[in-house]
Amino acid sequence: MSTAATATARGAEEARPAARPPSGTSRRRLSPGRVLAWTVMIILLIITLFPFFWMLRTALSSNSALYAEAVSLMPADANLGGFQRVFGLQETEQAIAEGGSGASIDFWRYLVNTVLVATGITVCQVFFSAMAAYAFSRLQWKGRDVVFGLFLLSLMVPVIFTLLPNFLLVRELGLIDTLLGIMLPSMFMTPFAIFFLRQFFMNVPTEVEEAALIDGAGRVRVFFTLIIPMTAGPIATVSILTYITAWNDYLWPLMVSYTDASRVLTVALGNFTEQSPQTGPDWAGLMAATLVAALPMLLLFMLFARRIVSSIGFSGIK
Amino acid sequence: MSAVENPAPAPTSSGAHRLRPKRAVGRRDDTRLALLFILPALVGLLLFYFWPLVRGIWLSFTSWDILTPARFVGLANYQEMISDPVFWNAVRVTLLYVVINIGIQTVVALVLAVLMQRLSRSIVLRSLVLTPFLVSNVVAALVFLWILDFQLGIGNHFLEWLGVGRVGFFTTEAWVIPTIALVNVWRHMGYTALLLFAGLQAIPGNLYEAARVDGASEIRQFFTITLPLLRPILGLVLIISVIGSFQVFDTVAVTTGGGPVDASRVLQLYIYDNAFGQFNFGYAAALSVAMLVILMVVTVLQYRVTRAGQTDLN
Repeated sequence: MSTAATATARGAEEARPAARPPSGTSRRRLSPGRVLAWTVMIILLIITLFPFFWMLRTALSSNSALYAEAVSLMPADANLGGFQRVFGLQETEQAIAEGGSGASIDFWRYLVNTVLVATGITVCQVFFSAMAAYAFSRLQWKGRDVVFGLFLLSLMVPVIFTLLPNFLLVRELGLIDTLLGIMLPSMFMTPFAIFFLRQFFMNVPTEVEEAALIDGAGRVRVFFTLIIPMTAGPIATVSILTYITAWNDYLWPLMVSYTDASRVLTVALGNFTEQSPQTGPDWAGLMAATLVAALPMLLLFMLFARRIVSSIGFSGIK
Repeated sequence: MSAVENPAPAPTSSGAHRLRPKRAVGRRDDTRLALLFILPALVGLLLFYFWPLVRGIWLSFTSWDILTPARFVGLANYQEMISDPVFWNAVRVTLLYVVINIGIQTVVALVLAVLMQRLSRSIVLRSLVLTPFLVSNVVAALVFLWILDFQLGIGNHFLEWLGVGRVGFFTTEAWVIPTIALVNVWRHMGYTALLLFAGLQAIPGNLYEAARVDGASEIRQFFTITLPLLRPILGLVLIISVIGSFQVFDTVAVTTGGGPVDASRVLQLYIYDNAFGQFNFGYAAALSVAMLVILMVVTVLQYRVTRAGQTDLN
């Protein structure tokens, strides 16, 4: 989902002073309007969070009990069978008996593939984007604005339009069904990462850089030992956003990967509905699988929530 | 704003000049170094953004199954497209999806943003609201496939309890697009709300104080202050959301695969089917061009109508 990245505006990271003093709000704490407002808020929060709870509840249930106890909030016949099937820890007969497809699904493999793909994309994309952002913000060269304009233009190209030709290119490079093939198109840069980082590089005081240059450091060294450490925060933000985007991508890996060798979690999950056994889908197993796919990003988010949340905004383009 | 206001670092620094005339930091020319620094990004730009654009347009004038050499067929693909009922159906279904998805999502996100602004700005609340955005479309789709399952889904049990009766959310032609639109509202509403929330922060607080002194109600304040002043941001958010919404694929591919019949065969899915189901790459490319044109027209229209980005403040 590149729209995620596109919209997350740049320059939002500097702490903004509270725009308005909370005047009066505390005095009217119990007005009917406020009660109504909180009620709406809580309903929206329940809608937001309930699916996560239901995922967990179902994953810990057993398929047969799900029929009888479709509505109870607690897991129906609680057990870890769903997770065992996801990681291929159950014997085929037992898996089938518990409502699984019995097909060998190896989520470890998909998990490892996904980690490799997301890490590869993030490291390369952020590094190369940072290099370009440095050239666009701190170096003086002819044609800088024109080239930067070209990068701006690439924001207008919808993802869908690049997918087919990119698939053909990756195919011609012989990288179909490889992890590198999945990574390649997003490894070099995204316009968003370049704009985002350029914003912060420009805010590094010129004096600091010049002092280092006077001390005899080269530009390359300044980039590595000065610019990158001084903008570690924004670099971390853009890395996390890139990682999440890469982790959650579906259509592109679906095009490129054909076998377990390069299958990532989203594609493996997408296949699930096609592999349903005769008796109906293995809901417990499926929800366990979605949890396995979602949990790493949720944990990452918990660790960096403040950073991610405050990077979303339009202060850069308003 | 800051981006526009400090364009480039001040190019000259007389102090540095004096100290190290040989390696002047000032009127220097870093062209070679800059080339090195942008090289990887430039390769990415040319190879995976611009070349696909050229190639995609070229492909749309060919007939190609990727096994035998491509054949130039002129406008044949476009002629086929114009008389292809499945294409027009896909356009209709996609538009329907976008209207429902964006309509509901924008209203809910606006409500959420205003509530957050008025009730609590806690980072915990904002994080909770953003949570669905952290999971993939695929995960969101599968969870709702389960929640809204006709037989066992808790959603349908709830409807039955309400006395409404069960609904075949993913299996009836009338419901499938609204359902998929709502699943994606769930995933994106918090994110959209945070974007709007950021926009709300820019509205000067004294406007509200003045309104309150004049005795204007909250509702009145919303329609006379918040909404008009949020318009530039709202416009941008809409443009971005609509572009994303048009490209819906994941949710449909995972839940219905385009069915029942063609009721959820959205444009992107039809493109994918043509390319990877029937190896009809030329036609798929022509469909992509059509999609590109539709997106451009819609974006320009929106830009005109909402005057996105042009503030009424000052």
